[in-house]
Amino acid sequence: MTLSANISDIADSSPQGLVEHALATSTADDCVVIVRDATSANLRWANNTLTTNGVMHAVTATVVSFVKRADGIAAGSVTGSASSTEQMTALVEGADAAARAGSAAEDAAELVAGEAAPDWDLGPVHTDVHVYDAFAPALGEAFGRATAQDRLLYGFVNHELTTTYLGSSTGLRLRHVQPTGHYGCTGKTADLGTSAWVGGATRDFTDVDALAMDAALAERLGWATRRVELPAGRYDTILPPAATADLMIDAYWYAGARVAWEGQSVYSHRGGGTRIGERIVAPGVDLYSDPAYPGLECAPFNVATSSGNESSVFDNGLPLARTDWIRDGELSALLQTRHSAAMTGQPVTPAIDNLVLSVDGATGSIDDLVAGTERGLLLTCLWYIREVDPQSLLLTGLTRDGVYLVENGEITGAVNNFRFNESPVDLLRRFSHASQTVPSFSREWGDDYFSRTATPALRVPDFNMSSVSQAL
Amino acid sequence: MSAPGVDPTFTALPYRRLGDAALTRARELGVSHADFRFERVRYQHLGVRDGVLQGASDQEDLGFAVRVIHRGAWGFASGVVLTPEEAARVAETAVQVALLAAEMTSTPVEIAPEPVYDDVTWVSSYVTNPLDVPVAEKAALLIDWTDRLRTGAAVDHASAYLQQVQENKYYADLHGTRTTQQRVRMQPGFEAMGAGADTFDSMASIAPPVGRGWEYLTDGSYDWDGEIEQVPELLAEKLKAPSVEAGSYDLVIDPSNLWLTIHESVGHATELDRALGYEANYAGTSFATYDKLGKLQYGSPVMNVTGDRTVEHGLASIGYDDEGVRTQSWDIVRDGVLVGYQLDRAMAHLKPELTAPDGGPGRSNGCAYADSPGHIPIQRMANVSLQPAEDGPSTEELIGRVDDGLYIVGDKSWSIDMQRFNFQFTGQRFYRIANGELVGQVRGAAYQATTTEFWGSMEAVGGPETWVLGGAFNCGKAQPGQVASVSHGCPTSLFRGVRILNTTDEAGH
Repeated sequence: MTLSANISDIADSSPQGLVEHALATSTADDCVVIVRDATSANLRWANNTLTTNGVMHAVTATVVSFVKRADGIAAGSVTGSASSTEQMTALVEGADAAARAGSAAEDAAELVAGEAAPDWDLGPVHTDVHVYDAFAPALGEAFGRATAQDRLLYGFVNHELTTTYLGSSTGLRLRHVQPTGHYGCTGKTADLGTSAWVGGATRDFTDVDALAMDAALAERLGWATRRVELPAGRYDTILPPAATADLMIDAYWYAGARVAWEGQSVYSHRGGGTRIGERIVAPGVDLYSDPAYPGLECAPFNVATSSGNESSVFDNGLPLARTDWIRDGELSALLQTRHSAAMTGQPVTPAIDNLVLSVDGATGSIDDLVAGTERGLLLTCLWYIREVDPQSLLLTGLTRDGVYLVENGEITGAVNNFRFNESPVDLLRRFSHASQTVPSFSREWGDDYFSRTATPALRVPDFNMSSVSQAL
Repeated sequence: MSAPGVDPTFTALPYRRLGDAALTRARELGVSHADFRFERVRYQHLGVRDGVLQGASDQEDLGFAVRVIHRGAWGFASGVVLTPEEAARVAETAVQVALLAAEMTSTPVEIAPEPVYDDVTWVSSYVTNPLDVPVAEKAALLIDWTDRLRTGAAVDHASAYLQQVQENKYYADLHGTRTTQQRVRMQPGFEAMGAGADTFDSMASIAPPVGRGWEYLTDGSYDWDGEIEQVPELLAEKLKAPSVEAGSYDLVIDPSNLWLTIHESVGHATELDRALGYEANYAGTSFATYDKLGKLQYGSPVMNVTGDRTVEHGLASIGYDDEGVRTQSWDIVRDGVLVGYQLDRAMAHLKPELTAPDGGPGRSNGCAYADSPGHIPIQRMANVSLQPAEDGPSTEELIGRVDDGLYIVGDKSWSIDMQRFNFQFTGQRFYRIANGELVGQVRGAAYQATTTEFWGSMEAVGGPETWVLGGAFNCGKAQPGQVASVSHGCPTSLFRGVRILNTTDEAGH
């Protein structure tokens, strides 16, 4: 059966219908269509009262058209809102025209072939404000309790369900449902002089308890009864899993193979090529992604709406499996398209939407790291992390919402905040202790970009606190 | 400069019918306020690497949103199906959200009043919409740029990009305001990369993004050819430059770098929603708390900063904001003292004395913005600019006043704490100044300071001929996260005794 013969039956506004309509309408030589149906619901609060809250629904489609030319294949990509076949037709016409006006693509490759996945015919899955049916009343109660105890709460919860449909003129029909949820709450004392934070990721909010969140904040604010001012310097520092995630995400994002191969990153070998095969961090350290990692499940196939250094529209639909970026301390893979893999002579290892750091033999929790520290700092999370020097992957940023002094294995007070200058690659070489890997949530990147992480707490003997921050 | 009218492909969309349906339904449900926003935002991005087009992609966000105040709480919902029935349903959803929120809202939401603008239109100042220029022509330009950059002996690789945006908005509210607007913005750029004996580095364009059209690349208002010719030589010099010695230096900072310091340490710090805690869980609060209004010595007496959403070609410029407020310009820092904040209608209501000292209800200064039809408007940054001195010195004169210092050009790395005290910035190039003259580049420098100390150390601002309107496409704020474009004008300025770090030492290498 040809696609066009079937179009009258499926040319409706369902995601699958939009995909088939686009594939049948395109006059390009080949076509890939990605439709995303995304719903989300959020609550936001400040000063113990709700502020802005919303429910959103969006359906967006990307049409990538491919046109053969004498010198190769040109690609054109158009993304837009798509709630009707008319809108889809306009996207197809735009993509076809863009491909015909384009030049031969450097990343041209055979499109991934395949067939319809068993779940292809299933509809999109939606969330709405009822995901907070249990959480919201508890949050209201937490507001009351915090007010009574002179605490102020500021926070945000978000839940999204995105169903992705990917179809191609080579027969591929793939579907993936991605739940993404997270919570975060900052607590302050009434005089605004002390802050604490708790946050985490969730898939459905059944495991998030607003009262427990407030209780954790109350405990942390209590740790700050004693305040200690410390100068800048290098400190024995415990990074909790959230802060480790903050830093490992940067290590992952800057791991593009092409840029490394061209000599422009910390993963570049001086004199040419990448450092793949070199021991770059301590033995026993593994950094990897796995679409099937329990609790962090993500799309098991590649989705790319445009081409760049680390993505290729030709790679849409490539299957994804566990990829070790660092294995036993050695750099074992970098973010690859098929184009960059051919360029660098390495296996094809596209980016995957989760990240796990583990340390061989690491057991116990952050409490065990604290108990084993004679004098040092315990951080809560990091903020405003930016690359300073790509050569060493030096990052700068700040501690935030709780730096605690550890003395003789116990938390004895709160310390001022610091600006740090550190490289995550260097930290993985220098750390002295690690806890067991647990689900974590990056304070900085988890909200908008990358929430699926599992990391240990790390203790680093000489973490570089470059200057003091007065921020509270 | 006259601008084209509103794109007829936008005005052909059914936003008036949808708006009427949504507002009617909201009124039926008894809300105290409702507004409807219909948006179409078109984006196009082109990327070129080493003479080859890596990708050209188009994106369009199209949809609508309904925001209500009901029982003292905000409710917001958005949709993409363009029918009156769906608009009414989305309005109902917004009311449902408000009802849920009302249970947990202890401070009832109210907004400052604003005159009604009955069906007004505003279009930004540009000549040619870049999205109307053939992609092949744009790609050819970027390819030519990277080809020319790679003729430099020190250049191993070169990249170029062009981002373009056309933003259309229709706003309507229950009070009767109707606005239809269009603006265009563009960010071109390029970067050359090279390696020395044991190092690699890059040199990027310092051209600012602008609220202009394709003419920015063709009319001579920016010297693209001159910069493309210079960058390979500048990179070659940088690769051979000595490492900076950490210490305290006098700094002459070019507008291509200082705009970002203004953005982070003044722009965000004077958003009233931040000062009042509404961003506390995300980007943070501000040291410039409301009790410091009129008292805080923000900087030296030569520091004068304005907020302005009306300046021609500004990235945050528009006729009416996303709450139907006519945009304005006002003082934020005058003679070094904090005198104003950026406001939306809810913030203006909370502090009416700020804009109505004689006891009126207060007024927003037009700083509400949502980056897409799927997001709620939030209090957003105006074009926040440092003013030049009327008869101020030239850049050369400022450099001439320094015995031992650095001249900083172009932005690169940036970071500031969550109350906007402690910051650290790098740049594209740092020139050593000795006895009032530039004596070549140094590598690996970053400047680190505290906001009020830094601005307090500003000895002089340059004259109007040194003033440049810089800015960014990618300012992030709020939960869920939103991105906004904003411009910052500033003159070349002279600072005394600022801490300079050596980034290699910081990395422990």
